[in-house]
Amino acid sequence: MAKTIIEKIWEQHIVYEEQGKPDLLYIDLHLLHEVTSPQAFEGLRLAGRKVRRPDLCFATMDHNVPTRNLPTINDPIAKKQITTLEKNCEEFGIELADMEHPDQGIVHIIGPELGLTQPGKTIVCGDSHTSTHGAFGAIAFGIGTSEVEHVLSTQTLWQSKPKTMEIRINGKLGFGVTAKDVILAIISKFGIDVGTGHIAEYTGEAIRSMTMEERMTICNMSIEAGAKAGLISPDETTIEYLRGRRHVPAGEAFEQAAEQWLSLATDEGAEYDTVLEINADEIEPFITWGTNPSMGSGISARVPSADDFENQSDKEALKKALAYMGLEEGTPLTSIEIQHVFIGSCTNARLSDLRAAAEVIAGQKVHPNVTAIVVPGSRTVKRQAEEEGLDSVFLEAGFEWRESGCSMCLAMNDDVVPAGERCASTSNRNFEGRQGAGSRTHLMSPAMAAAAAISGHFTDVREVRLAHV
Amino acid sequence: MKPINEVRSVMTPLNRKNIDTDQIISKEFLKRIERTGFGKYLFYHWRFQADGTENKEFVLNDDRFKDSKILVAHDNFGCGSSREHAPWAILDYGFEVVIAPSFADIFHNNCFKNGILPIRLRVEEIEELLSKGQSAPHALEVNLEEQTVKGEEGKTYSFEIDPYYKQMLLNGWDEISLTFQYEKHIAAYEKQHA
Repeated sequence: MAKTIIEKIWEQHIVYEEQGKPDLLYIDLHLLHEVTSPQAFEGLRLAGRKVRRPDLCFATMDHNVPTRNLPTINDPIAKKQITTLEKNCEEFGIELADMEHPDQGIVHIIGPELGLTQPGKTIVCGDSHTSTHGAFGAIAFGIGTSEVEHVLSTQTLWQSKPKTMEIRINGKLGFGVTAKDVILAIISKFGIDVGTGHIAEYTGEAIRSMTMEERMTICNMSIEAGAKAGLISPDETTIEYLRGRRHVPAGEAFEQAAEQWLSLATDEGAEYDTVLEINADEIEPFITWGTNPSMGSGISARVPSADDFENQSDKEALKKALAYMGLEEGTPLTSIEIQHVFIGSCTNARLSDLRAAAEVIAGQKVHPNVTAIVVPGSRTVKRQAEEEGLDSVFLEAGFEWRESGCSMCLAMNDDVVPAGERCASTSNRNFEGRQGAGSRTHLMSPAMAAAAAISGHFTDVREVRLAHV
Repeated sequence: MKPINEVRSVMTPLNRKNIDTDQIISKEFLKRIERTGFGKYLFYHWRFQADGTENKEFVLNDDRFKDSKILVAHDNFGCGSSREHAPWAILDYGFEVVIAPSFADIFHNNCFKNGILPIRLRVEEIEELLSKGQSAPHALEVNLEEQTVKGEEGKTYSFEIDPYYKQMLLNGWDEISLTFQYEKHIAAYEKQHA
């Protein structure tokens, strides 16, 4: 019978199944960071348990770490969380890329970089953006700390088999439209809970022509559509990205692995429980104007009005969101002025993201009312960008060039947007207070954020790029 | 984990959709390395003004709901981040049951690991409860064994729950200890895939 990649990977990982129970699934890779792991390790110690497979775990520090003046951490509570992870990794024998390690970075950026992320794996991490790794054709999902402890002790999880969903993007993307615009448009069109109970597979021509970095941006935000995981069937693009990476097999073993990885792709004629479709040509550069990722529009639109919604609760949700965001109904999006730009996060802080932003700002200056920072997704991304001279492009334009980490995506460190100020951000969440109490976040692609940094207001990057030609 | 079966209390109506875990527990409180003590930070930026004083408009600051153990909210409760600090804060504050039309997957899962009962009712039922609970304090009686929620006038709503998680909550089982009973299956899987 024709099967989806979701069913294939799931079935390969069942350790035990019984009617009336979730399946006991084996976990191939467990990624850890400082914020959601300390209580799990403490649980192990209290129960006298050990880590079953430290060799299948990999840890780094990303959420809390400062992005300047390393390695000083001013916040004593944050510092304790960092030192706790160091101690836990040492005690339980887990490999750690610590704050000063050359491999350090956002956990979802370094997994793929190091080749730890591979097709067909089950991958978990105490972080909802674990869905990023699905870009390789893996089942990758975020878990809570109790589940982190469960995986540490048993290398398994009890999981009810999710429903399968296809999200098909028909046709080719238009000029200046990026992966970020595609995923924001999907979430806006179908809503932030459309994926609940599902694992989503992204398919279609637009996906096939994307690079791995673009695919990671798409899968990263699956959780913002409510799907626990999102993935893409492996193809030659996947194989070529993985070839030669540190943790993948080498030589003949790689060719064998590649053959097996390609065989995981969804079979012709396989059926999904739910199918969603969007046409690439209806997507333009996208930004959010509200307080969840589905509250967004194409850049040529205006802030919606209550009249645009039929349902009373949607009208009220709009009013609440606009009150928080300090926006008036009907305002053209391109007239909204900003004070901050953040280029970073597990969604958009890979090398190609920095290149896209640098291309837009080259030879120009950040608007005097704007503070703009670039936070590369990893030490490796930072080194590569510096080798290409991207740091100079950003610095000369007036951006700050920082060390890697999650930074202003969730503002757990010192990188905070002040109350009432507005940020053009390449991150993944625009919830109230996400970038600091009272902060106002607008999500968009790196190129769009770069264009806003220069003009001081939201700007259609296609116009900027056309002016360059 | 504390077993849970019958819970009786006034319900706290929180009539909002898509309440994300950033609102339930804000990131500045995620730096602690303990599982306890998060209750005072629950819905922090809705409960308190920027100057630290209470926001009198917010339902948790209404004394009539002070001893409530049952939170009733709208669609897609707990969306966003996987932070288990969210259910820890809910439990530490004193809520044992959360009732909503739908929950985000990771949050829903996290509830079961902490002895919190997440109950899904139909949207119309939730709206009925919210409307009653907002006009006057309304007591509910939750019974997990029977899978029912009873209102003051004796109106009974029934709910579905996965039998595995029902047993887990009723008995307060530690899931890791249960999984250790399957050790031979895990070892066999590892041998086969080595």
